[in-house]
Formats: sequence, C-alpha cells, structure tokens
Amino acid sequence: MNVSKSYGKLNVIEHLNFDVAEGEMVSIIGPSGSGKTTVLRTLMTLETINDGVIYVEGKPLTHMAKGGVLVPADERYLRRMRTSIGMCFQSFNLFPHMTALQNCMEGPVQVLGLSKKEARERSEELLHMVGMIDKRGQHPSRLSGGQQQRVAIARALAMRPKVMLFDEVTSALDPEVIGEVTNVIRKLVTEHNLTMLMVTHQMGFARDISDRVCFFYGGKIEEQGTPHELFGSPQRERTKQFLSAVKEAV
Amino acid sequence: MNFDWSWTLTWEIMPRLLWATANTLLAAGAGYAIALVGGLIFALAQRAAFGPIRWAVREFVEFIRSTPLVLQIFFVFYVAPQFGIQLSPWTSGLLAIGLHYSAYLSEVYRGGLEAVPRGQWEACRAINMSARDTYFRIIIPQALVPAVPGMGNYLVGILKDTPMLSVIGVMELMHAANSIGSEHYRYLEPFTLVGLIFFLISLPTAGLVKLLERRLRLGLGL
Repeated sequence: MNVSKSYGKLNVIEHLNFDVAEGEMVSIIGPSGSGKTTVLRTLMTLETINDGVIYVEGKPLTHMAKGGVLVPADERYLRRMRTSIGMCFQSFNLFPHMTALQNCMEGPVQVLGLSKKEARERSEELLHMVGMIDKRGQHPSRLSGGQQQRVAIARALAMRPKVMLFDEVTSALDPEVIGEVTNVIRKLVTEHNLTMLMVTHQMGFARDISDRVCFFYGGKIEEQGTPHELFGSPQRERTKQFLSAVKEAV
Repeated sequence: MNFDWSWTLTWEIMPRLLWATANTLLAAGAGYAIALVGGLIFALAQRAAFGPIRWAVREFVEFIRSTPLVLQIFFVFYVAPQFGIQLSPWTSGLLAIGLHYSAYLSEVYRGGLEAVPRGQWEACRAINMSARDTYFRIIIPQALVPAVPGMGNYLVGILKDTPMLSVIGVMELMHAANSIGSEHYRYLEPFTLVGLIFFLISLPTAGLVKLLERRLRLGLGL
C-alpha cells in the first residue's frame, strides 16, 4: 500500500499501490531500472521499504502492530511472516556444497523442523515434479543452468509457500534450456493454486500463462491488464514503445 | 675459524632437543587451536549488528596486529599479575600467541566470508533460515575453502614464532638449544639442529595444507 523505496536519492519505487489476489499469476514487465525486481525483493524482505506498508493475506509484512500503531517489523516477526513467501533468483543461488536433494531438504529440516524422512519424501516428490529426480545426488557445479534453476524452484516449493516470486528466472539461461524452466512454471500455474509474481523478459511466456500483466516504468505501474489487453491493445505511449522495441529485438 | 662438528655432542643433546620439540609442537598446536576459535569470534563480531561491538573488535584486532608479539607475551606474563591475574609461563605464552594469531586469522576468515556471494545470503533468507544456521550451515563452510591457504600460512607462522615463548621461560626448542649452548660452550650443534628440526616440520606442513584444501574442495563438491 502506497510503498516507496529509494537507494539514497534514487527513488526506485514511488508510491506504488499494487494488489495481487490469492491464486493469481501476475507478470511484471518493463525496461531495466523500472523497479520490477525491487518489488519482488521488498516482498521477500531482502530490501526494506522507506515508506508505506506491504500486506500479505491481510497482515502487515514489513511492519508489526505495537501499542496500536504499526512499527517496522523486527527479525522475529519477519521470520514468522516470511514462511508464506518463496523466491527464485536469476542466478539460482543454490548452496554449492550440497547436493540437489540436500538443497531441497535444508529448509524443511532446519527451518520447519521436519524429520529427515519427511523432508526427503517431500523433496524427492518435488524433484520428480521438476524432472530432476535422477540428478538428486549431484552438486550444483555438475548441473546446467536450467537444471540448477529447476532444483531452485523445488527448493523454494519445499517450504510450501503460498506466494512464489520468480525474479527473471530465465535471464541467465541459454536459449535452448529456457523451455525446461518455463514448463515447470507452467505446470505450477495449472496444477497448483499458488499466488505467483514473475518478473520476466519472456513476453510470449508472460502472455501465455498470466492472469494479469503489469508494465512498470519509473517505479510505477504505467499500465496493467489481462495479457490480451496489454499485448493486444496497449493504451499508453510508453507501453507501446516498449513492446515494439521488444518485438524488434526478437 | 675452525669448523669441527661434534657427533658425540649431537647424540648427547638429541633426546633433550626432541623433548623440546614436543613442547614446541604443543605450543604451536594449542596456540593455533585458540587462534582458530578466537579468529572466528573476532571475524563474526566484526559483522555484528551492534555498531559499537564492530568498532571495538575492529580496533582491538588492529591493535594486536600493530604491536610485537614479544611485547604481548611480556604484557600477559609480567603486567597482568599487577592486576591480580597470575598465570604460569605456559598459560601466558599460549594465551598471548593464541590471541595474536586470532587477530591474523580473523582477517583470513573475513576475506573468506566476504568472498561468499550475496546471493547465498539471500537464498538463506528466502527459505527463512535463522542467522545461526545461515552462518554455520551455509556461509562458513563456503568461506573456509578460500581461507585454507591463508590459514595454512599462519600455521607455519605460529610454529616459527614459538621461540618467542622462550623469553618467559617456556622450555621449547630455542630455549633448550640456548641452555645446551651455555652448558657446553658450544652453539653450532644445538642451533643447527634446531634449524633442521623447524625445517623438517614446516616443509611437510605446507604440503599437508595443500592436500587439505583439495580434500575440502572435493568434500564440499566445489
């Protein structure tokens, strides 16, 4: 609600009001520096916000109620709220000293307190879902980018989040392996009732799977709508420019 | 100038020197153990959320690194008793050398910790890990690998600095050789042997450190 974020004097997000419904799949597109990634990072509480409050499921995420007023949340409160959010990164960020399976089990065992057996079952099921069960014993250094990203998705899902954030998850991948990652996300959309927010440069993919597409410009939502509306008949000049520039690049 | 090496003396003093070698190894080993733990504490304290702690530890580490080890040994042994802290030569020596090398190792750890990519911290946050688990299960294991060569250098370094403990009467190699020299009025044999013993210990240590680094890399799958 009315969120602002700045790095020094640079305003990355300006008075942003942005709502995502439960189970909705929202894609965020826009030129670099438009604040797309920052939106996801503030939701994951990797960045603090300077102004405004973020709510998740009606409860404040960035702030907590203290004596009737909202104050910035402390680490304990954040840890409780963070359980409902998961995130995948552009650079995968798998733990290099653990195998694919250990990467997935780490959170459930250490954070959720599951038994090793339960965590293993849950992780193997997810690795199976992302098509990585055969590589469960491999360390990340032995996996391709697309394979690492699929393990990273399984790792995030193993925490059973209600909201998943995908931050340019295909940007670091070779063109021929992008499909294996997008297919996993596609599967999540059709088979699970997750709320998803995805920052992406894959316009075709965003168009295919989103319920809503938001075009960011200068830290604000310049235009948003269904994929059909936004890609089919964009209203704003900047949106048109951006979409035609992207089309030319392809 | 005449050069005559006495084998008789060599064999006579050998048991004493070997006994002193054990003390040297003990001093280096125990001092290093203190430094391994102390250095980690210093390194982590310099990343504390509370500013004054960061500042105090930073200054303390700088102070130790900028003053001579011998002075620190004297300080612990001769000055501390004035404040009611009476320690044996061994305890004072280990404390001083352990603290001294803690300061150096904390810098090695710091470099290793800073070499871990920011994405690793963020991934820990994204799966909601506690700060403790983040450090001990994810960050430190990765920080250790680039730190091993530096840690190995200081292991050889601490070994070579143990003779400093002779100034407060710890019976290590240098102290033993010196006593032998003054008893027999001959310094050639004891000091040559001391040099040889140090060389024979240092050389394989460096090789072992290299081996350990490779093992660690393999073990962590890096």
